[in-house]
Amino acid sequence: MSNSNFNQDKKPNAHSKTPWKAFAGWVNGEYPEDTFEKPELYQVPEQAHGAHHQEEPEQPAPAVPEQDAIQAGQGHFLLKEKFTRFYKVYIVLSVIIGCCVVGVLAFAVCSLPPYGYAENPVNNEVSEKYLEDGLADTGATNAVAGMILDYRAFDTFGESTVLFVAVAAVMMLMKRSMNKKDEEGERLVAHETAIDKKDQNLILKYGAMILVPFIILFGVYVILNGHISPGGGFSGGAMIGGGLMLYALAFGHEKISKVITYRAFTVTTGCALLTYAGCKAYSFYTGANHLGGDIPKGIAGAIISGGFILPLNICVGITVAFTMYGFYALFSKGEL
Amino acid sequence: MMVLEFALITFLIVCAVAFTFSKRLLTSVIIFMAYSLIMSIIWLIMESPDLAITEAAVGAGVTSVLLFLALKKVNALKGKKDE
Repeated sequence: MSNSNFNQDKKPNAHSKTPWKAFAGWVNGEYPEDTFEKPELYQVPEQAHGAHHQEEPEQPAPAVPEQDAIQAGQGHFLLKEKFTRFYKVYIVLSVIIGCCVVGVLAFAVCSLPPYGYAENPVNNEVSEKYLEDGLADTGATNAVAGMILDYRAFDTFGESTVLFVAVAAVMMLMKRSMNKKDEEGERLVAHETAIDKKDQNLILKYGAMILVPFIILFGVYVILNGHISPGGGFSGGAMIGGGLMLYALAFGHEKISKVITYRAFTVTTGCALLTYAGCKAYSFYTGANHLGGDIPKGIAGAIISGGFILPLNICVGITVAFTMYGFYALFSKGEL
Repeated sequence: MMVLEFALITFLIVCAVAFTFSKRLLTSVIIFMAYSLIMSIIWLIMESPDLAITEAAVGAGVTSVLLFLALKKVNALKGKKDE
């Protein structure tokens, strides 16, 4: 196949320093040999393999006669060849199937209606209603926020719950239990903490010191202005979560785990989800029964406007931010 | 503007192909980050800034960090600090 040819061509040319070769080598996972010595980790298996081969004839091995060993070796070789042939078949098949899928998709793209055309099927009465009456109905100048947090608020509630359930599942799998001591895991964590303390990481620390306040501030801005400008709870929450991750990465878990404890995490996320559910239950109940308990919409474009959209955005943002940080903390350390 | 769009989409396709052909998982994740970043610019050009913000924050930021952590968890990162 072309893949093996590519490898054979590349090996002699590995020393040529053209940028394309260097990029291809980087993509293929090769270390540039001139500038960077291979880590010893890579050489250990080869040495062990060679040593094993050298030792093999020296062993007396009374139980296994030489003939059997040779036959076993031939069988192994035949099996390997068979496997290689099948592997090539797999490569050919995957290329053919990939080309077929690309062709079908390209054909489908050709028959799609043009982008942004007025008579497309997406421009039906539903989107017309959302775009024309959205401002009057929801009081949000950002039509997307009005859609996902007012007309389609139930979907967004489901999404937040899915995130919460996901982080709960990760917590069950990853959290080191209080009763059963996981000595190996604790030793690893202590080892990594010691390395982090010894290693100063000045660039990371100063970069985080400058960046983290702005990232979190921008996340808060995006959440609070979700009904006025682009953004909203999910994106702002993801930004805050990313900022918390960067902080934990640079300064270690100790400082941040004093603020975000296990209890604080569960209580805050649960309260946010319950507030969301309560707000939407109120809207649905009053709306369905025509009780007329409307939240005042306020002046369109002001921060405090848009009815329930602002509190709902804050709830979603809190849930998403804590969930993202929770994923990071649970994966990296095994606890919050 | 048309030239910029074509350049971005070309780079997107290059990223997607390089992503599948890279042999180290770490490289794949880095290319994936570049893919997300280009995708967020394309969302911005297609006038959906909401998606652009989310793609930049989630695709290029959070997902990549989680993938790095998963690679570290299964010991797929060679040349760590303590080795």
